[in-house]
Formats: sequence, C-alpha cells, structure tokens
Amino acid sequence: MAAEPSSDVESLLRSALRPIEPPENLAGRVEETLSAVTEAAAEELSAWAEELSESELRSLRDPRNWVRPAAAIAAGGVAAGGLVLVELRRRGSKRPSRLSGLTGQVSDIADQVRDQVRNRGN
Amino acid sequence: MSDSEKVSVPAEESKAELDRAFERLYRDHLRDVYSYSYYRVGNHHDAEDVTEQAFLQAYRHFERAQRESNGRPLRPWLIRIAHNLASNYHRDRARRPQRVLDESEPIATPHGTEQIVEGREELKRVMEHLQHLPDDRRDALIMRFALGMDNREIARALGRTDGATKVLIHRAIKQLEEEMSTNGS
Repeated sequence: MAAEPSSDVESLLRSALRPIEPPENLAGRVEETLSAVTEAAAEELSAWAEELSESELRSLRDPRNWVRPAAAIAAGGVAAGGLVLVELRRRGSKRPSRLSGLTGQVSDIADQVRDQVRNRGN
Repeated sequence: MSDSEKVSVPAEESKAELDRAFERLYRDHLRDVYSYSYYRVGNHHDAEDVTEQAFLQAYRHFERAQRESNGRPLRPWLIRIAHNLASNYHRDRARRPQRVLDESEPIATPHGTEQIVEGREELKRVMEHLQHLPDDRRDALIMRFALGMDNREIARALGRTDGATKVLIHRAIKQLEEEMSTNGS
C-alpha cells in the first residue's frame, strides 16, 4: 500500500475525531456535584462563621452570594443556586458517594470563601 | 444609576457578571471538554468524571483566570485543566491494562461514537495509530481535529509556543502517515 498523502491522513483524522455529545445527564451531574461541594464547604464554614462580624455574616448568609449558580442555570432552567441547595437538602443524606473524594475541593472552596469575606471586611 | 449606587453594589454586579461569564463558558464548552476527555481516557464513564472535575476546577479558579486572560478566550485554559486531569487519570491507572477506544466497554447510551469506528476500517486504523503516538502529539491532534482548535489555542493549552506547536502537529501527522503506510503495506 502506498503512503497516504498528509492531506488524506488529515481527512481521516477529521472523520475519526468527531466531537462527541456529552450524555444528557452530565450537565445535571456537574450541577449536583458543584452544589454538593459548595454546601459541604458551607457546613465546614458554619463553625468558623460564628466568629464573624455582622457585616461579614451578611456576605455569607445567602449562599447565592458565593455559590455560583451558573452550572445550575446551564443545566436547564434552575435559575438560582439556592434552589439547587434546597433540592439537595430535600434529598437528605443521599449525597453522591463521589463527594467523599472531593474533600480537598471542599476545603479549597471553604478557604476561598474565608479569603473573600476577609477581603470584603478590609 | 448614580455614582453612589455604582459604588454601593460593585461587588454584586461583578459577581453577577462573573456568574454569567461562567455560565457561558460552561454552556459553550461542555462538549469540547467532554470530547477531549473521552478521546484521552477512552470510555464514557471516566470521561464524565474528568469533565466533572474539570468544571469544578474551572469554577474554583474562574475569577483569576478571567482576570489574567486579558480578554483572550478561555477555552485553552479549560482544555488544559481537562488535559492535566486526564494525565493524572492515566498516571493513577498506570498499572492497569491500557485500552484503546474500540476495545472499551460497550456504550450503554450512544453519543455518536459508534459512527466513528463503525464500518470504516481506515478510521479504525487511524484511531489505533493515534493512540500509539507520543502523548503530546496525540493530544495536539485531538485538540486540532476533535475540537477545531487553532495552533495558538493548542499552544496555550499545552503551554508551548505557537511555533513549537506548529512543528508538533506537523510531525504528528507525518508520523501517522508513515506508520499507517508501513503497517498497511
């Protein structure tokens, strides 16, 4: 078999490497995990928040102040991160098992929130 | 809106704008991140995990990335996150047998992948050879052909110069061409 010209290889690559549509449930899954992580971060912050001043607390009181609802919106019509959190609470302890592998993410987000609140306080 | 009002709510406005920007990024590039993840890890289950992790990391660092982007598109940054996660995935599973795309588990819900390999032997061949390219060459080709990224975007995603990326892609295609020719003869 003769060597294929480079353009043929490129043509094959274009045909072989088509974009792949994500499964329909992936957007919801990302939304749920994002909400779960941020809620877990909120729980981690709860004890720390008792030491905050009133002005600092105001910035934390509504999770929508720091939980970005973007994933929820993109996932199809849940227009507020708060609704996602309510839904997650409704599901009680059925938190996704993969959350157990996200401890670092929870701590990072909690740290991020602490920094944001401190910066606002300055 | 008066100046004082502007002064009183800049954080909220900024936050809302940031949220909208992240939403756009997520909506515009979910398929890119998923496609890249799939071609790197070779199965839908792990591609979903990598995609999910990529957006979690993006979420955490979005504000800084946007600030430092100087208006440039954030797709290369997003793909770089997926790229690093996929590399970690392979490192974590180094002892497991490697699978190529067409040997992976049956797909419960088709997402169009079947058409990639179905029926056309030459497409199977090019995918097999692609999987055996050096990592950087393979990854650059996935970005170019699956995601339609140009040299500059690929360079940013891989942390290389534009010139080095152009050479990388050229050599990758040439290697594929030579190996397909050799193995096909």
